[in-house]
Amino acid sequence: MTDTTITGGPVSAATLGYDDLSRLIALMTGDEKHSTSADSTLDVLWILYDRVLNLTPATLDDPDRDRLLLSKGHGPMAYYAVLAAKGFIPIETLATFGAYDSPLGHHPDRMLIPGVEISSGSLGHGLPIGVGVALGLRAQARQSRVVVLVGDAELDEGSNHEAIALAGRLALDRLQVVVVDNRSATYGWPGGIAPRFEIEGWASATVDGRNHDALAAALTAEHAGQPHVVVAEVEAGA
Amino acid sequence: MTATTTADTMRDRFARVTSELLDEDPRLAVVLAEIGVAGFARARRRHPDRVINVGIREQLMISVASGLALTGMRPIAHSYTPFLIERPFEQVKLDLAHQGVGAVLVSVGASYDASDNGRTHQAPEDVALISTLPDWTIHVPGHPDEAELLLRHAVTADGNVYVRLAAQANVAPMPIEPGRFHVVRRGSRATVIAVGPMLDRTLDATAELDVTVLYGTTVRLFDAMTLRAELPAPAVVMVEPYLQGTSAPWVSEALRDTPHRLLSIGVRRMENRHYGTPEEHNEAHCLDVASLRRRIGQFLGG
Repeated sequence: MTDTTITGGPVSAATLGYDDLSRLIALMTGDEKHSTSADSTLDVLWILYDRVLNLTPATLDDPDRDRLLLSKGHGPMAYYAVLAAKGFIPIETLATFGAYDSPLGHHPDRMLIPGVEISSGSLGHGLPIGVGVALGLRAQARQSRVVVLVGDAELDEGSNHEAIALAGRLALDRLQVVVVDNRSATYGWPGGIAPRFEIEGWASATVDGRNHDALAAALTAEHAGQPHVVVAEVEAGA
Repeated sequence: MTATTTADTMRDRFARVTSELLDEDPRLAVVLAEIGVAGFARARRRHPDRVINVGIREQLMISVASGLALTGMRPIAHSYTPFLIERPFEQVKLDLAHQGVGAVLVSVGASYDASDNGRTHQAPEDVALISTLPDWTIHVPGHPDEAELLLRHAVTADGNVYVRLAAQANVAPMPIEPGRFHVVRRGSRATVIAVGPMLDRTLDATAELDVTVLYGTTVRLFDAMTLRAELPAPAVVMVEPYLQGTSAPWVSEALRDTPHRLLSIGVRRMENRHYGTPEEHNEAHCLDVASLRRRIGQFLGG
């Protein structure tokens, strides 16, 4: 059996752009013309890696790096495509998606892929872990940003609400949550998603999850003394 | 001699020693879910960023420990046995070893220290549950001094360690070594392995029997080497203070090439709807001295 772990470090000097993502995803799906609108997280992930996070293949082990925790581990093709475009994983690896020896499973594994901060798949783990990461960074007086990406249906899991309450009360201002809202929660969130965070002491912004400038502005907004939630609305069912 | 509750409990010792370690080791952090907060009041004032009470949120307690470890810290999470191990078991499984990080989980309450609180505060299944996961170390001290030694050892290590503290304790500590069974005495008819707080009762029950007695305070890894070396006859009695049969697969594996008999003694698998004292529960589970003497005697055939 071959070693499936990708070793760290830059794999490509030239990185790719947003327009290349559909071709990279097609390497995983086998579609000739993959529609990027099918991936609810694609634009958020691209803006995070392209404009927000202080994170490159060269800073993977830097304790002061920014961290992205992809809690919504389902449908990770957009994530892998962005990681490949930014040089974290070799583009050739994408074609192995889901194979026995591939590092790229249908849920990501941090022990197999450089730059992946948590292994996810079971919903409701990323945000509580993110609270711990933010507390660890605070205890070490580090200023890194911790961004957790969750889905609106994932908020069904009660563990998130344990984390939302504590993060607000402890004023974890290095913590940011992006809720990609494609209205997939069966019972919905009457009154909206953002107020559920606001009442616990979070700052919030609700933006068009396909609008790159709006996403970048919301994701880089200052939120001193409070954790921050960005609700990124995309088409239902995306 | 019977098992007693000593003045300095394992729980007291845990809070005192961990508070000292927090002063010495900037990597160390303690995560609590209300249980045990009073014992860490002073440490929390000294280290507000490293003594974290998450409220009554046990899933979050384990996930926060994971997040702390992901930033390079060494977390200790602490609660009653069922709330530390059973309620957040998926977090224990996925947020620690699966993420490639380690934590020290320290429980109080053991199987039924909280006998008068009923089933909700009792978890004799804990060691069996943790034993389903790879690469965990499990310590079951039988005395506050042993708890201190094993705790200090666990904090220094990097992996995942479960330390099971109990109110029931042996009268005197033994000269234990983490990871090894200690030979208490040698005989010829069988090897009796007493785990943690079961030692005093086991020694009383076997006082008239010609058997080897080993004392286990680390049960995972299971010290197969010492068992194989201290086996005068192919008969083993495993006396554990948690679910009966928990270590039977490990005895079987240790002696896989030796035809042998095994008597597993421990907490019985039953809904015991009674309150009262831990000693009364010992009797209900046939873990009192008279019951142990009868059961081990029958196994050896008089």
